[in-house]
Amino acid sequence: MHELSIAMSIVEMAQEESERCGQAQVLAVHLRLGQLSGVVKEALLSSYEMACEATPLEGSQLLIEEVPVEVFCPKCDGPRALGSIQWFCCPECGTPTPEVLHGKELEVVALEIEE
Amino acid sequence: MTTEPRLVEVRKNVLKQNDIIARALRDRFREAGVLAVSFVSSPGSGKTAFLEKTLTLLHSRYRVAALVGDLATENDAARLGRSQVPVKQILTGTVCHLDAAMVQNALDGWDLTQLDFLFIENVGNLVCPSSYDLGEDLRFVLLSVTEGEDKPLKYPTIFNSADVAVITKSDLAAAVEFDEAAVLRNIQAVRPGMEVLKISAKTGEGLAEYLEYLERRCSSSRAGAAASN
Repeated sequence: MHELSIAMSIVEMAQEESERCGQAQVLAVHLRLGQLSGVVKEALLSSYEMACEATPLEGSQLLIEEVPVEVFCPKCDGPRALGSIQWFCCPECGTPTPEVLHGKELEVVALEIEE
Repeated sequence: MTTEPRLVEVRKNVLKQNDIIARALRDRFREAGVLAVSFVSSPGSGKTAFLEKTLTLLHSRYRVAALVGDLATENDAARLGRSQVPVKQILTGTVCHLDAAMVQNALDGWDLTQLDFLFIENVGNLVCPSSYDLGEDLRFVLLSVTEGEDKPLKYPTIFNSADVAVITKSDLAAAVEFDEAAVLRNIQAVRPGMEVLKISAKTGEGLAEYLEYLERRCSSSRAGAAASN
């Protein structure tokens, strides 16, 4: 369970950014979370609440956009959405492919602030 | 008067700090000409026995060292000390994985140019270590024959983050009716093209092929480093 330390990094990052915006109040943090990031959404949400306690971010929301896995299919020569992370092959032609284009994201994309 | 909330773009990787340190470590390993190999697995799959065997086999011909991660005990370092190579324990406390900063701190005072191989044993856990790059050149994921053939399907993320799968405790395969074909199929399903080794630290099965693999990787990474220098 490493979601708490990740939540703390998110809070820290958001705090730095809000300071850059003149101590603006953070209402929400928008996060992109890949299906292959190794982070569990539910655990991260409850850890986030804990990590926010007694910080200027207390009461803010973590809004998570889940990013599905997209692989590169060498046969179709293009990106393809993976059907299941238990089966790394092109959903159209069935060619196995280990090349992950998206799905490892763990990225703070934006802050919703009130000045 | 309250103003409307506004959206400020950030676009920053949460593990940016870890990734920066991991990249610096990778550069350091390359410049020093050392091959860094990490081991991840569930608790009890035989990481320490495998590492002990690795160190014993390599140390007559190569300069080898190891870092071992553990939550609370220094037993592993004591056990590995028998192989007579430098071993340092990283105690993570309650943290369930190693991160790049822990590796960097543990290497403090070590001259990497004096090494050919550095092994890093992660905490026994198939979930959390997958998020953290340690700067290693190769990540081995270990899976013992007693664990169940569907483990790769249950933990696709860690298998996806690793380079080589090692099936351990092969001497017990018959006793537990291990279905090797099913495991190989499951590994290839979550990581097509993944290299798979099968070993027994007890009987020595597969160790020759494993050493050959390590030596090949070591010399090719050296050749790559020499070409880029």
